[in-house]
Amino acid sequence: MSGNSFAYSEQAGGGEATELGQEATSTVSPSGAFGLFSSDLKKNEDLKQMLESNKDSAKLDAMKRIVGMIAKGKNASELFPAVVKNVASKNIEIKKLVYVYLVRYAEEQQDLALLSISTFQRALKDPNQLIRASALRVLSSIRVPIIVPIMMLAIKEASADLSPYVRKNAAHAIQKLYSLDPEQKEMLIEVIEKLLKDKSTLVAGSVVMAFEEVCPDRIDLIHKNYRKLCNLLVDVEEWGQVVIIHMLTRYARTQFVSPWKEDDGLEDNEKNFYESDDEQKEKTDQKKKPYAMDPDHRLLIRNTKPLLQSRNAAVVMAVAQLYWHISPKSEVGIISKSLVRLLRSNREVQYIVLQNIATMSIQRKGMFEPYLKSFYVRSTDPTMIKILKLEILTNLANEANISTLLREFQTYVKSQDKQFAAATIQTIGRCATNISEVTDTCLSGLVCLLSNRDEIVVAESVVVIKKLLQMQPAQHGEIIKHMAKLLDSITVPVARASILWLIGENCERVPKIAPDVLRKMAKSFTNEDDLVKLQILNLGAKLYLTNSKQTKLLTQYILNLGKYDQNYDIRDRTRFIRQLIVPNEKSGALSKYAKKIFLAQKPAPLLESPFKDRDHFQLGTLSHTLNTKAIGYLELSNWPEVAPDPSVRNVEVIELAKEWTPAGKAKKENPAKKFYSDSEEEEDSSDSSSDSESESGSASGEQDEEGDSSEDSSEDSSSEHRSDSESVSEVGDKRTAKRNSKSKGKSDSEDEEKENEKSKTSDSSSTDSSSVEESSSDSESESESESESESKKVTMEKEKKTKEDRNLTKDVSLLDLDDFNPVSTPVVLPTPALSPSLIADLEGLNLSTSSSVISVNTPVFVPVKTHVLLHRMSGRGLAAHYFFPRQPCIFGDKMVSIQITLNNTTDRKIENIHIEGKKLPMGMQMHVFNPIESLEPEGSITVSMGIDFCDSTQTASFQLCTKDDCFNVNIQPPVGELLLPVAMSEKDFKKEQGMLTGMNETSTVIIAAPQNFTPSVILQKVVNIANVGVVPSGQDNIYRFAAKTVHSGSLMLVTVELKEGSTAQLIINTERTVIGSVLLRELKPVLSQG
Amino acid sequence: MIHSLFLINSSGDIFLEKHWKSVVSRSVCDYFFEAQERATEAENVPPVIPTPHHYLLSVYRHKIFFVAVIQTEVPPLFVIEFLHRVVDTFQDYFGVCSEPVIKDNVVVVYEVLEEMLDNGFPLATESNILKELIKPPTILRTVVNTITGSTNVGDQLPTGQLSVVPWRRTGVKYTNNEAYFDVIEEIDAIIDKSGSTITAEIQGVIDACVKLTGMPDLTLSFMNPRLLDDVSFHPCVRFKRWESERILSFIPPDGNFRLLSYHVSAQNLVAIPVYVKHNISFRDSSSLGRFEITVGPKQTMGKTIEGVIVTSQMPKGVLNMSLTPSQGTHTFDPVTKMLSWDVGKINPQKLPSLKGTMSLQAGASKPDENPTINLHFKIQQLAISGVPRSLHSKTF
Repeated sequence: MSGNSFAYSEQAGGGEATELGQEATSTVSPSGAFGLFSSDLKKNEDLKQMLESNKDSAKLDAMKRIVGMIAKGKNASELFPAVVKNVASKNIEIKKLVYVYLVRYAEEQQDLALLSISTFQRALKDPNQLIRASALRVLSSIRVPIIVPIMMLAIKEASADLSPYVRKNAAHAIQKLYSLDPEQKEMLIEVIEKLLKDKSTLVAGSVVMAFEEVCPDRIDLIHKNYRKLCNLLVDVEEWGQVVIIHMLTRYARTQFVSPWKEDDGLEDNEKNFYESDDEQKEKTDQKKKPYAMDPDHRLLIRNTKPLLQSRNAAVVMAVAQLYWHISPKSEVGIISKSLVRLLRSNREVQYIVLQNIATMSIQRKGMFEPYLKSFYVRSTDPTMIKILKLEILTNLANEANISTLLREFQTYVKSQDKQFAAATIQTIGRCATNISEVTDTCLSGLVCLLSNRDEIVVAESVVVIKKLLQMQPAQHGEIIKHMAKLLDSITVPVARASILWLIGENCERVPKIAPDVLRKMAKSFTNEDDLVKLQILNLGAKLYLTNSKQTKLLTQYILNLGKYDQNYDIRDRTRFIRQLIVPNEKSGALSKYAKKIFLAQKPAPLLESPFKDRDHFQLGTLSHTLNTKAIGYLELSNWPEVAPDPSVRNVEVIELAKEWTPAGKAKKENPAKKFYSDSEEEEDSSDSSSDSESESGSASGEQDEEGDSSEDSSEDSSSEHRSDSESVSEVGDKRTAKRNSKSKGKSDSEDEEKENEKSKTSDSSSTDSSSVEESSSDSESESESESESESKKVTMEKEKKTKEDRNLTKDVSLLDLDDFNPVSTPVVLPTPALSPSLIADLEGLNLSTSSSVISVNTPVFVPVKTHVLLHRMSGRGLAAHYFFPRQPCIFGDKMVSIQITLNNTTDRKIENIHIEGKKLPMGMQMHVFNPIESLEPEGSITVSMGIDFCDSTQTASFQLCTKDDCFNVNIQPPVGELLLPVAMSEKDFKKEQGMLTGMNETSTVIIAAPQNFTPSVILQKVVNIANVGVVPSGQDNIYRFAAKTVHSGSLMLVTVELKEGSTAQLIINTERTVIGSVLLRELKPVLSQG
Repeated sequence: MIHSLFLINSSGDIFLEKHWKSVVSRSVCDYFFEAQERATEAENVPPVIPTPHHYLLSVYRHKIFFVAVIQTEVPPLFVIEFLHRVVDTFQDYFGVCSEPVIKDNVVVVYEVLEEMLDNGFPLATESNILKELIKPPTILRTVVNTITGSTNVGDQLPTGQLSVVPWRRTGVKYTNNEAYFDVIEEIDAIIDKSGSTITAEIQGVIDACVKLTGMPDLTLSFMNPRLLDDVSFHPCVRFKRWESERILSFIPPDGNFRLLSYHVSAQNLVAIPVYVKHNISFRDSSSLGRFEITVGPKQTMGKTIEGVIVTSQMPKGVLNMSLTPSQGTHTFDPVTKMLSWDVGKINPQKLPSLKGTMSLQAGASKPDENPTINLHFKIQQLAISGVPRSLHSKTF
């Protein structure tokens, strides 16, 4: 239905008519909804009926109308029960609208809202991350206190979710829960602490927002994340950037010492230019020594600079205030250009930016002087913008530019916008006081304005002239006379009052005029404004004191008038003056001083900018705009005298690394250390430090051989590793347990048990005999590897074992049969693909027996990639390289075999080379090579070892020791080496693939030149990266590869499907999604490379 | 952050409200109406209005006030920028952003607003993503929806939000791959009575319309990037590459977007391509004034000047004007005293002019200032700053 046209019909008669039409089309019986006088209740009745109908379209229409009501601000809460029923609707739009409704009214109908909670709880477990996220979003938006524990639990779970998007939503939910129940603060802080450690750019902005809302004072939580936030900043979404920058500004003001002293020192030096060199040097030394900018401080300033070019005005403003508040004064200048650029934006943006510029320009004129003309007022500007621009122009005025400015002001005064013209006159007055050279010019200009036809202009001029004259009254008798004449024409009270005050103040300089003015005023006293009356009284009093002969009677007349005035202020003033000046018996001691009291020298008023003291508010904040403290404003602290310990920011990082012990985290630890030791180098390189992080990472260990690991992926993968390692260790435990049971399992009953267990854990995968055959052919390709004999030995042992087994169970005997007649017998094996030991057995068997079956399109030659383990320079002559021979490891079936070549490049023997100090993450195991007694000069030796990486790309760190030295070395496996090839038929491949969809599938699109998509090139490239087996394919445009992970034996299926127009789809199906996605990332650039 | 949003039309009706946290009564808008009354013109309403418990931040566009209610300290530009983004999104969705259109599409508007903010913090503001979540209504889709019963809500969940390039939707496919770049430059100049330029600055933007399949990675290089010293970019542009090589490298969003905007500062002398000759005189004695303006081209490099519109706010004393244009049409509104003259194209052989007399209020003294003249014009295929002489190349 085209709902838009009539979905919002409400009580109005017109609405009723459309509704009728609609009723006719829908199935709902329109009972009682007719008639012009149908009540609201009845109307909702028909909505209820529509909501209960079976048709989605009717429900949708009803929901649309309800949302229309909400939008209008009409109450729709009584429909709650009918709406909530639809929360589990299959139709997405209905669902979304129900969510909208629910969030709006749940607070009012708490009990009924609880009905919907279970739906969300279910959705929180959904495999799709977007559904999980939106469930959390809605759940946390329902402001019902009873579900606080549920929300807390959901937030905790979501904060550990693998998907950064879900974690982002968890951060949002924190704020909602906090506003619902502030007592949860402590628990929420824990979650915030955890999320602050998150490395994803998606999460950063949201969690900092939560931090600002919940615990802005817990600055200690930021320490260890400070650098990460600085480095991620450029990649965070724009709204997050604003929040992070504001938070970091506050952080910097508490953690670093002021960089401003240095500048003062520099200025001093310039002033003392003629001092002897020595002295100067001494001085600079003195001044320079104490201040050196903390590299972290510098990092923040440097990393925010590119954001000045953001399209988002809020980001630019945030960076500008950061520079203003924390950067050395010499560097603040770069923000002015960007701020001036913002002036081309909408009027609201201009308004805020101009306010901030006004504050800045008071303190530092120089910053905006080059842009003076950008602040010229345009006739199309709204008044508030014009006035702000005037303010800035005044602040920027100096001797050099005042003449041009005054010319500009002359035009402004003529403006038809009188409010603006008045403001301009004020401005001229301020310029005149600030710059003494032009005071006279301004004054005469203002006097000219006195003859202006517009009253407002004249009045404003009078007020300004009064202020100016007060500063130098002596010379301006003429002007005063002129103004006295104006009293006849001017009607604006402020101006009249000003003139009267001025005459009273200078009554001795214009002795002839003053009494006459008083005479005139006495005549019109009763018709004057209160403001003017007060000044008439003042004038009378002053004249009475100086010239009582002429004015005594006049004054008394005025005092009498004042005595009976309606305004009590005036009556009070009259009484006061009478007592003071008119001598009588009661008059006290004060009347002697009356003259001194009335005619004292009065200090000239200071014409000040309204923006003068605004800078105690952080720029860019709401409080600054309003010039009052807004609710929730966080004071920007003063610089600390002594910087707090800067090591809090790095110590934590190292501790963190220790917690995770060498492997996965070592890579992170190194750059951090590097960053400190080589901070100079760091500063030289203009790259963002996330770049340099990965650089230094590779430099420190050169184990970072996945050269393509982009910034993002390294961030991502490392965060994934962490969570992965946990899960891996769990899985690992399970597996070992299983293996134990297996090895024990020799009796029938036990074997059955084993079968059960196997089928339980991996009921999804089953292969028939053909897969066994294929695997045999595949492992044949392996057979060319060097250690054939060794693996044969192992196989022999296993063979023996299986022979024993054969007698006991049917399954295993079948397996054995297969062993002897590899090409025949369609055997059904329950779960070979997933039980690693069994697969290993199979491979072993095949290796030894079926050498005649070779897969068709293999072998592809794979050049051996060697990696540096220990460089000869750092190893004092001992060099070590390693490579992955890609064969089953002889030390254990879960290990990856690694060959290490040791070279002695010194001229003496190296003795007793061995491995010590293994630092492995949880679950990882390592089989070391036997100690090498001695290595001759120029000699080299190759040894093999095995490491069980637990299917993760975490680093294995250990020490390579000689008799004299120990060297820390790391091995980090490329993800492709964590695999063993598996052979299977196309049919099986498709079957397995069918089971590994959804969450288990990752895919990407590759674009490359057509010549890269020839079969051999693709084969070569894929096999180069990953140790996978080729699956024969019936289609020309699809290439399939299969492998299993070494540790857990999970299948890893790689598909490259060529599409039209030099694109291809790369799909990876695996249970181990983490490895799958890492592999995808590695394959993608290689395949798309030209 | 943002608690609630109220949409108010020029006659002061609240025609839409949306709350992201607990409900704020619409009576809070009374403070806004008060301020609106005080400021005589709509554009003079202050963007930030404090009330005892809330702060109202407003944006005025398309004759609609977008009033956001906030409760705690927040950078005001954050809210204002966001409100403008909301208006841009509406414009993108419905073509125009006006009260009847918003009323007609209230459900879509509500759904979009729901996605844009979560708990008052911006969630999805990229139009590419929003359009994937909630499809903009078109006539065709309305018809299809009526027949098939499908909805405007995207049935596939967008994955773009999760990717490294949140501004681009995934799975884009085109049969014709094409990309267009428009360079639009505006000169903004103040010229005094005698015709000399007081200040002039150039504001330029490069708008792109990119329709390319997949995930294209584009680079764009300029012949003289030095001119672009003051630039702001769409978030898709890689800052680092620009800083080191002065090359724009980016993965574009799908469809129309503003790639960059630049600002050429007032210091450089700008040749204004058009001039106005004016002869406006009031006489003290008579109640008639003379009015004559002529518009002519200057330094246009052979390009025609089009879409010329002259507007001028006449002084209060002018009662009426009787003018004859040599081309185009003119109107004078005696209430607002606004004269506007739609000239159209300028023919260099025959310069357009507007001549006539003004009748002034009898007895009133002559206005002491001359009216300001605003002139709008367009020139195709000409860039004053010389920036767009550029090459571009694509790499995939």
